[in-house]
Amino acid sequence: MVTVRQLHKSFGSLHVLKGIDLEVAKGHVVVIIGPSGSGKSTLLRCVNYLEVPTSGSIAVDGVRLEDPATNINKVRQAVGMVFQQFNLFPHRTSLQNVTLAPLKVLGMRPKEAEELGMELLAKVGLAEKRDQYPDQISGGQKQRVAIARALAMRPKLMLFDEPTSALDPEMIGEVLAVMKQLALDGMTMIVVSHEMGFAREVADRVMLLADGLFVEEGPPSEFFGRPKHDRTKAFLSKIL
Amino acid sequence: MTYNLEIVAKYLPFLLLGVGVTFRFTVMGFFLGSFLGLSLALGRISKNPVLRLPCLWYIDFIRGTPLLAQVYLIHFGLPQVFGYRPVGSVDALVALTLNCAAYVAEIWRGGIESIERGQMEAARSLGMTYGLSMRFVILPQAFRRVIPPMGNEFIALLKESSLVSVIGLEDLMMKANMMAGRSFRPFEAYFTVALIYLALTLTFARLVGRLEGRLSSGHG
Repeated sequence: MVTVRQLHKSFGSLHVLKGIDLEVAKGHVVVIIGPSGSGKSTLLRCVNYLEVPTSGSIAVDGVRLEDPATNINKVRQAVGMVFQQFNLFPHRTSLQNVTLAPLKVLGMRPKEAEELGMELLAKVGLAEKRDQYPDQISGGQKQRVAIARALAMRPKLMLFDEPTSALDPEMIGEVLAVMKQLALDGMTMIVVSHEMGFAREVADRVMLLADGLFVEEGPPSEFFGRPKHDRTKAFLSKIL
Repeated sequence: MTYNLEIVAKYLPFLLLGVGVTFRFTVMGFFLGSFLGLSLALGRISKNPVLRLPCLWYIDFIRGTPLLAQVYLIHFGLPQVFGYRPVGSVDALVALTLNCAAYVAEIWRGGIESIERGQMEAARSLGMTYGLSMRFVILPQAFRRVIPPMGNEFIALLKESSLVSVIGLEDLMMKANMMAGRSFRPFEAYFTVALIYLALTLTFARLVGRLEGRLSSGHG
């Protein structure tokens, strides 16, 4: 589903990603962990071209993003993204947040879009919040609406950029539950998160990114149970 | 020092004829200038220098030169070069529109740039184009934020429109000039006209304040 080859990204003189290789198969869930500033978010944002790589290649579902003939808007329709700060549209209700892209990008009829929107809000357990504005619902609810919004374009791949980091502890569970259900439904997911419980339970693979390179990767049982590298051991000892 | 109310009462209906002209030109200039200004703002924030630079130059030129100079340029200067026949009312409207647009452009730019970056990113991540994202996500939010400065711009334009009297438009200011000339009472003429402008600006300031209050209780 996703193939990243020798990805480099610099911001001015700051070399953030230093040759990333990543392969995510259809239906797999990859959790990326790593210290702050290691480039996790940048990597994720390169996968839907919110950041343009300095060099290297990225392919999503067989489409090469760096190819000038590629319509990036088309690619992004198939790649949902969930942000740490939710980024819900504050002037639109929960339902309107979900239906905006189907209405304007896909040209869906209002009735059809509303049905889709309600189906997705129900899926994240927020059907009754359809007419509430973002400033009227809790952080956990906002993030669930944001997930529904991303799902509205029927993506093949979902990117989660620290989806629970801005949440109060008691709201983290509800968001992780939605993400877990999504994984069970077979969604391909790349998740940047420090929720180790989620990683253990849901991830097919856990990867440690440090200083712009992957240090170690493996299935959660191995990754957490028998980490090979000292860097991984040191990092895990700090967060577990 | 006396303020002769009889003189004022005699000329007040005459002065008030000018209010209509002033009001019409201000509203039309503001309306047209708002659309042109939004276009200029979108050009000004474009990454494409072919769009951005002309908009930037235009805005800088208008904001960096006096309105009076712009009025003279349009009414007396450019006809010499382009050979069109100067028409006071048209030139006045053009001058007010072009002037207003530059200030409105900066207001819109400020409003657009005040919207968090994440809003554009969220819209783009859904596959929306830049244009769709602007139209349905960024501009509606920016609109609420530009209302107070737009109100101020309207009031500023109302006052500045007095300058178009120099090319013969019979606006409020011109009426005051005429009253001063006919009555030989310049104090009554200019003090009364100042009070009328004050009444107009205060009225609009309150209207804008109310609109602002209503919008801030809404969402976004």
